[in-house]
Amino acid sequence: MKKIRIPLMFLLLTLALLFLLTLSLGIGSVPIAPNEIRQILTGSGDARLTRILLDIRFPRVLGAALLGGALGLSGFLLQAFFRNPIAGPYVLGISSGARLLVCIAMIFLLRFFAAAPFICLMAAAFAGSLLVTGLVLLFARRVPSMSTLLVVGIMTGSICTSLTDFLITFANEADVVNLHSWSMGSFSALTFANLVPAALIILPAAFFALLLSKPVGAYLLGENYARSMGVNVRSFRLLLITLSSLLSATVTAIAGPISFVGVAVPHIARLLFGTTRPLVIIPASFLMGSGFCLLCDLIARTVLAPSELMLSSVTAVFGAPVVIALMLRKSRRRENA
Amino acid sequence: MREISFSVQALTAGYGNIPVVRDVTFTLPKGTILTLIGPNGAGKSTILRTISGQLSVLSGTVMICGKALSGLSPAALAREMSLLLTDRVRPEMMTCFEVAAMGRYPYTGRFGRLTAGDRQIVRSALARVHADDLAEQDFLAVSDGQRQRVLLARALAQEPKILILDEPTSYLDIRQKIELLSILLEEARERQLTIVMSLHEIDLAEKVSDLVMGIRDSCVFCSGTPEEIFAGDTIRHLYGIQEGTFLTRTGSIELPRTRGNSRIFVVGGAGFGLPFYRALTRKRIPFSAGILFENDLEYGTALSLAVRVHSVPAFARTMETAFGEAEKDLLACQAVLDAGTRIGETNAANARLLASARSAGIPVWRTIHEQD
Repeated sequence: MKKIRIPLMFLLLTLALLFLLTLSLGIGSVPIAPNEIRQILTGSGDARLTRILLDIRFPRVLGAALLGGALGLSGFLLQAFFRNPIAGPYVLGISSGARLLVCIAMIFLLRFFAAAPFICLMAAAFAGSLLVTGLVLLFARRVPSMSTLLVVGIMTGSICTSLTDFLITFANEADVVNLHSWSMGSFSALTFANLVPAALIILPAAFFALLLSKPVGAYLLGENYARSMGVNVRSFRLLLITLSSLLSATVTAIAGPISFVGVAVPHIARLLFGTTRPLVIIPASFLMGSGFCLLCDLIARTVLAPSELMLSSVTAVFGAPVVIALMLRKSRRRENA
Repeated sequence: MREISFSVQALTAGYGNIPVVRDVTFTLPKGTILTLIGPNGAGKSTILRTISGQLSVLSGTVMICGKALSGLSPAALAREMSLLLTDRVRPEMMTCFEVAAMGRYPYTGRFGRLTAGDRQIVRSALARVHADDLAEQDFLAVSDGQRQRVLLARALAQEPKILILDEPTSYLDIRQKIELLSILLEEARERQLTIVMSLHEIDLAEKVSDLVMGIRDSCVFCSGTPEEIFAGDTIRHLYGIQEGTFLTRTGSIELPRTRGNSRIFVVGGAGFGLPFYRALTRKRIPFSAGILFENDLEYGTALSLAVRVHSVPAFARTMETAFGEAEKDLLACQAVLDAGTRIGETNAANARLLASARSAGIPVWRTIHEQD
C-alpha cells in the first residue's frame, strides 16, 4: 500500500492537472469544446477561436499553472528553511516586500519607458523578497516559534502593503491603472512576452530545487545534525533562500502578490502523499500549486462572469483555513515553543 | 596497546574567538568510552561541539583515526563520526525508519536514495537500539525515550568509528537511562565504537565509562579511570559540594546532615538503619547511630547524616570498645529506634544498649521485619 501510494498520487495529480488545463482552456465568455481545442492545436480550427485560445487563454492558463507551481515550491523551500510549516511567501510578507519594490521600480521606470522591462521588475521583486526574508530571519533567529514567525511576517507584510498603497495614491493617473490590477494579484495580464522569461527562471530553479532534495531532507533534523552528516550548512541555506526568493519574486513581478498558495499547497501535498520526503514533495508541491492556481483562477473568472473576482480572495478561502488548522494542531501538541 | 582512534592535544575550545575551556588532552584507543562530567556551564558541550567539528578549534590538535580534524571535509568527517545532540528534533510526518535512515546521508548518491544494503544497515541499527518495532511509526508520536533511541539508531546507521553524545540521558526516566547506556556499552565492546559523551548522572558515569574527565572552571579538573576519579574527595571538589555528600563507595548521594544535639538514637546495622537515617534527615531531626562495624553497608550513610556515629573496626570480635560512649549518648536521647537488625554474637552489645534504654525509661520503637 505504502509503496504504491506515491506513484498513484502522482498519476492522479497529473490527470487532475490535465483535466483542469482542458477545462480552463475551454471555459470562458466564449466556450471552446475539447475537440475544437484539438482542431486548433493541429491548425485547422476556426480563426476567431484560434486567436482567443492562443493569444488569451493559453498564456493565462499556462501562466497560472507555471506561477502556481512556483508558489507552491517556494512555500515548500521556505518551510524547509525555517523548519516551520507555517512559512510561505505571502504569509511571511515576502510577496508584499517584492510588491513594494516592484511598485517603486514601476513608478520610476514608467517615466522613461512606455512599459517597464520585465528584467527590471524581476530584479526589483527579487531584491524586495530577499530584503523581507532577511528581516524575518533576523527576528525568527531570536525567538524561534511559529507564532513569532507569523506575527513578524504579517507585520512586515502590512508595512510593505501600506507603503505600496501610499505610493499608488501619489502616483500618476496613468500609472495607477497599470499598478492597480497588478498590485491586487491576477493572472489576467499574462502574455507570452512575460511568460517565456518567467519560465526560463522558474523551470531551472525548480530543477535545481530537486537537486537539493537530499540536503533539504537532512535539514529537517536541524542545522547541527545536517552539518554532522556532511551538509555545508552555510551555502545550503544561502542556496535555499535564493531559490525560494527567485521563485516567489518571479510570480510577484508578473502576477502580483497571491495569497496562501505557498503555505497551503506543501501541507496538502504532505498529507496526500503521506510523507515529507523532499524528493517526493518538491515535484508534488509544484504540481499541486499548478492545480490549485488553475482551479482558483477558473473560479475567479467564472463565478461572477463577466466580472472577475480577485484571485487572492479565492486562494485565501481555500488557503487560510489550512493555516488555521496548522496552528490549532500545533497548539494541541503543546510544542509551540 | 590497541589502535588509537581519537586523540586530542592541548585543545582550546570556545565560541567565536572567546575560549571557554582550555588545555583539554586525551587519547582514546578504539572501543573506549570517555565521559565528561562536571557542573553545568563548565564547558562540556563546548568541548563536544569542538571535537565534533561543529565549532572551530581555537588551538590545539584533534586527530581522528590518524587524520587531523581540520583536514577532513564535512563529508569525510561524517563517515568517521556521528552525533547525538540535545537539539529538539521535530520533523513533520517522518517515520522512525526515515529518521534513522538519515544516518545513511554520507553514503547515498545525489538524491539520497537508499539501496538494499542501506536499508539493511538501518534495520540493524534500529534492532540494536531495540526500536525495530517502531520503524513504521510516526517519529513525533513515540515517547521521549523511544525518540532518543531512534536518534541513536540514526547515529549508528552512519557507521561511525567515533560516536559523540551530548547528555544523552537528559529527559529519560531511569529505565530508559539504563537501556541507553547499556546499548552504548554493547556498541563499544562488540563493535569497537569509540564513544565520547557528557553525563549528568555521575553514578551512571562511574559504571559505564572507561575514562572519566571532570571539567570545572574552564579547565580539566581531573581525568582518569573511574576507579581513580570516584575515590576520595575528587567528586565533592569537582562539583564544589559544601552541603551533602556523594558517597564514593556506594555511589549514593545524601542530603546535608541535620545539626544539633541528637534527639533519637538509631540502633541499626546490615543496612536496616538506612531508611531511618534518611527519614530522620528528611524531617530535620538530629540523631546518633550505633553501634556499627566500619564495613557495614550503612556506615557511610550514617557518617554523612548522623550527628554522631559509634563504630568499631571492621570484623571486630565484639563491640565493647564503643559501648561506653554509645550508652552515654543514648541515655541523653529522647527516644531509641531499633531498626530490627538481627542480634548475633558479635553485635550483642546492641542488645544491651536497647536494654539499658528500657531500664532508663526511654521509649524504644521497633519495626518488625519479616526475616526476623
